[in-house]
Amino acid sequence: MDSIRVHKSMYELIRRTCTELPADILKAMNHAHHDELPGSIAQETLGIILESASLSHEKALPLCQDTGALLAIIQSRPGKGLFIVEEAIVEAVKGLTREGILRQNCVDPLTERNTGDNTGAHVPQVHFEPAGGPVRVSVMLKGGGSENMSTQYSLPSALIAAGRDLDGVRRCILDSVYQAQGQGCSPGILGVCIGGDRASGYLLAKRQLFRHLEDVNPVPVLASMEETILQEANGLGLGPMGLGGRTTLLGCKIGTAGRHPASYFVTVSYSCWATRRYCVELDGKGGIRKWI
Amino acid sequence: MDLKRITSPLSPDVTRELSIGDMVSLSGRIVTGRDQVHKYLASGGIPPIDLQGLVIYHCGPVVIEEDGQWRITAAGPTTSMREEPYEADIIERFRPGAIMGKGGMGEKTRAAFKAHGAIYLHAIGGAAQYLAGRITRVEAVYLQEFGQPESLWVLSVQDLPALVTMDSQGESLHRDIQERSLERLHALFERSFTKNQAT
Repeated sequence: MDSIRVHKSMYELIRRTCTELPADILKAMNHAHHDELPGSIAQETLGIILESASLSHEKALPLCQDTGALLAIIQSRPGKGLFIVEEAIVEAVKGLTREGILRQNCVDPLTERNTGDNTGAHVPQVHFEPAGGPVRVSVMLKGGGSENMSTQYSLPSALIAAGRDLDGVRRCILDSVYQAQGQGCSPGILGVCIGGDRASGYLLAKRQLFRHLEDVNPVPVLASMEETILQEANGLGLGPMGLGGRTTLLGCKIGTAGRHPASYFVTVSYSCWATRRYCVELDGKGGIRKWI
Repeated sequence: MDLKRITSPLSPDVTRELSIGDMVSLSGRIVTGRDQVHKYLASGGIPPIDLQGLVIYHCGPVVIEEDGQWRITAAGPTTSMREEPYEADIIERFRPGAIMGKGGMGEKTRAAFKAHGAIYLHAIGGAAQYLAGRITRVEAVYLQEFGQPESLWVLSVQDLPALVTMDSQGESLHRDIQERSLERLHALFERSFTKNQAT
């Protein structure tokens, strides 16, 4: 792989992620705008959001001032190329921060100093995943407000009378939407992991957010639950930004992971309407072959 | 929707006339302040400018310096609830006219709004370009040691749209919506998921 080409590709991938709402989410937001009561606060709010998203695309400027924390997943055969991609991601992050496309979002928790360039201990977060086929790089910029609304339940939970079964899982997911109110910037998208451990649950829940909204879960019972949660959560009446209305969620994506017999975790990764994620496939030299 | 034009600094005569559900168009001078600024002020720090009547905006903008000038590339509200432990005290000591952010605030701040005739303005989260376009000038920046997003920025704004969601009468749209959604959640809990699945 040619490092200059890889650098250009990673720069373009992160720049686009920060400034352009993915097409599936834009479509869902347009539907939501259409579905809200004419003249309502909900419709006005969605109208301003759509206008803002269109401006950010046009001007190539951040969709949201919270340009989030970067999560990157590189899927590739093991080899030297991985390090070239990782280095290109870090350099692109620094460059885009200097240009005012990414906000300075990394604070050292001991000194309370902002590092100023979006790098620090374990930041940005880059994961390698061995895989065959061409190199794929997925990037997500997730805002702090929505990350703060993400949560994990350990079943059974007496608080919401949730047992260790799918009815209990459903209670957890609905409760998480209620708890978030408008604070995660609704209408939101949920990534959910049933099972796993404390750590894998959060990562797998977040990875569900890479699925496009129109993607139907291949597991029928999960597909049914995704649809049920979407309808029921929208009946809570929280609406855009929690100011009331019909649209509280744009989607719910659920995956599973094997669990220890003693543990039954339900992890919900809450993402705002401005869910920013893209995935690219690279050619042999490191250029972008296609957007996925 | 009927739009009420208001200008910061706000006098109590203006804020007391506003109620939850009122849509306002805000102009004038406002200051940003988020986590570090609130912690600083609540622990005895002196505000670098007089906050009386001003709108304190929970916002961490993206700003770059070009030829000695500040340019805001994105600015929208951040979650206000994080400032709940500090805000009532700040309202009492420095008497801002309004707090602006997103998601609303809790009971302590609601009581402070009522006691001092202040209000909460809800701006639209994530509408960073639309809202940045309402900022006409960066007047000054203080407390830069807190980092660029967390500094206290003094901004001029023109026609920034916001919704009054907590007022000086002690009303809160957030509390109303939370109560209603809790009832609906409990109604949903009466239903079963597994019983409706084809076996």
